[in-house]
Amino acid sequence: MSVTRKDVEHIAKLAKLEFTEEEKETFTHQLNDILAYMEQLNRLDTEKVEPLSHVIELSNVFREDEVKRGLKTEEALKNAPSKNEKFFKVPKVIGDT
Amino acid sequence: MRTYDSIQTDLSAGVATCESITQEYLGAIEKGRHLNAMISVFAERALEQARTVDQKLAAGSAGPLAGMVVSIKDVICVKDEKVTCGSKMLEDFVSLYDATVVERLKAADAIIIGKNNMDEFAMGSSTENSAFGRVKLPHDPERVPGGSSGGSAVAVRAGMSTTSLGTDTGGSIRQPAAFTGVVGLKPTYGRVSRYGLVAFASSFDCIGPFGLNTKDVARVLQAIAGHDPQDSTSAHVPVPDYLQSLTKDVRGLRIGIPREYFAEGLADEIREALEKHIDRLRDNGAVIEEVSLPHTEYTIATYYILATAEASSNLARFDGARYGYRAKGIQDLSEMYTKSRSEGFGPEVKRRIMLGTYVLSAGYYDAYYRKGQKVRRLIQEDFLKAFRSVDCLITPTTPSTAFKAGEKSGDPLQMYLSDIYTTSANLAGIPGISIPCGTDHDGLPIGLQILGKQFDEPTILRVSDFLESTFEEGSGN
Repeated sequence: MSVTRKDVEHIAKLAKLEFTEEEKETFTHQLNDILAYMEQLNRLDTEKVEPLSHVIELSNVFREDEVKRGLKTEEALKNAPSKNEKFFKVPKVIGDT
Repeated sequence: MRTYDSIQTDLSAGVATCESITQEYLGAIEKGRHLNAMISVFAERALEQARTVDQKLAAGSAGPLAGMVVSIKDVICVKDEKVTCGSKMLEDFVSLYDATVVERLKAADAIIIGKNNMDEFAMGSSTENSAFGRVKLPHDPERVPGGSSGGSAVAVRAGMSTTSLGTDTGGSIRQPAAFTGVVGLKPTYGRVSRYGLVAFASSFDCIGPFGLNTKDVARVLQAIAGHDPQDSTSAHVPVPDYLQSLTKDVRGLRIGIPREYFAEGLADEIREALEKHIDRLRDNGAVIEEVSLPHTEYTIATYYILATAEASSNLARFDGARYGYRAKGIQDLSEMYTKSRSEGFGPEVKRRIMLGTYVLSAGYYDAYYRKGQKVRRLIQEDFLKAFRSVDCLITPTTPSTAFKAGEKSGDPLQMYLSDIYTTSANLAGIPGISIPCGTDHDGLPIGLQILGKQFDEPTILRVSDFLESTFEEGSGN
């Protein structure tokens, strides 16, 4: 499996990132190197191995569904790049495809 | 540079106050500015906190860490202070609450002095990837202190704080501890709450302490360990008395030496330094046994698949909408996301998001991500099997001592390979500690790593403390 420049463009789009032509070139090479290194896992037969997603085997962790005090509006808005008194402000959404 | 024992002695003899001690550390921070280990310093707040602790000491009501001065990696929240994660993305972000670890340190009357520089979003092995400039190794400023918790390691090494908190996702506490010659502990996954830690790879991330000796690291762990209802991944496992485990007695302890960690690629001087320590353990009644962890060669590949996948998902929250950097002059929402992320993140973070997005994308998920999860189980089973015959393992922390700045930054794969002995503990969720065990021909520190069973921090702390005591008496090396 090798990564093409077109793949890099596709992945960048999925990740909401953009790159210069030069950066795309570098990334294509670097991703290929790294992925080629990762290919070594294919030497292992893992047909019957159960995937491990969590190292301390926890089942569902539940808590009471209680109403608790959260952040106040002004606290939640404190780090906003753009806001009015009550809301986060973002560019127009409707009509955006 | 002083340990907490020396602080306690001076406090009880009345020759120092928490305030004067805090002033000493502020002086060292000023003196060590060129090392770039700190992103922010809370001088006024720290002095105010110190005066409060002095009053408590006078009243006989002070907590167990009274007068210990702590610095915090800038990926952990301290209320009303910035948490930048070493990134332009969060350059101006102010924390709304204390992380649980910070709350617990404050409750124990430790004094929080400031925040440590780090690789951006904890991604890196050299602390060269900070938006606020690289951190320098005190022994040789041309070299790196390791990473990603390079600032936290240097802060302790250069006497800017008694101890510090770092984070370890693939070795980010142990590798810088080795490079700078301090003690660094990565606890068991789930031992320490991560509430208030900015997430990188959630199935790996651990918070842990740095200190000049094992005792100080044990003290900090004592304060921060234990279940937290705010973090559902924190474990319901009782917290033992860690100081009590420092018995200076290793008789009958079974210690495994995994042969794969001493294979090709390890510097001779590191091998020799470790062998001396292993001999000391044997001479003092420990049973040394060679063991095998056959999937060791697959750890880096597995780690970088899974950790980047998790990172690409965790870092999706940085979209320029609610907090963080927002690009200027944007027309629509999609452009806001793309431009804010592209301008706000540095190159290594983007590389990992790209890699993680790729391994999770349609058509590649099974080949990489799922495969990685399966190999992760094989790696964990290697450890479970080894721990049936031994109580802990000794390995080198790193294959080489501190490298030069710029040496590996152009080749990401080479940089990733510097984590070769540390990522396994994160893959298996076990605790690991790195302690200084000598220096190489350039006078650069060598680190020895002790790995233990899940939640068995007492054993690795016991071995670490024992080696430290024999090392001090031992010889000039």
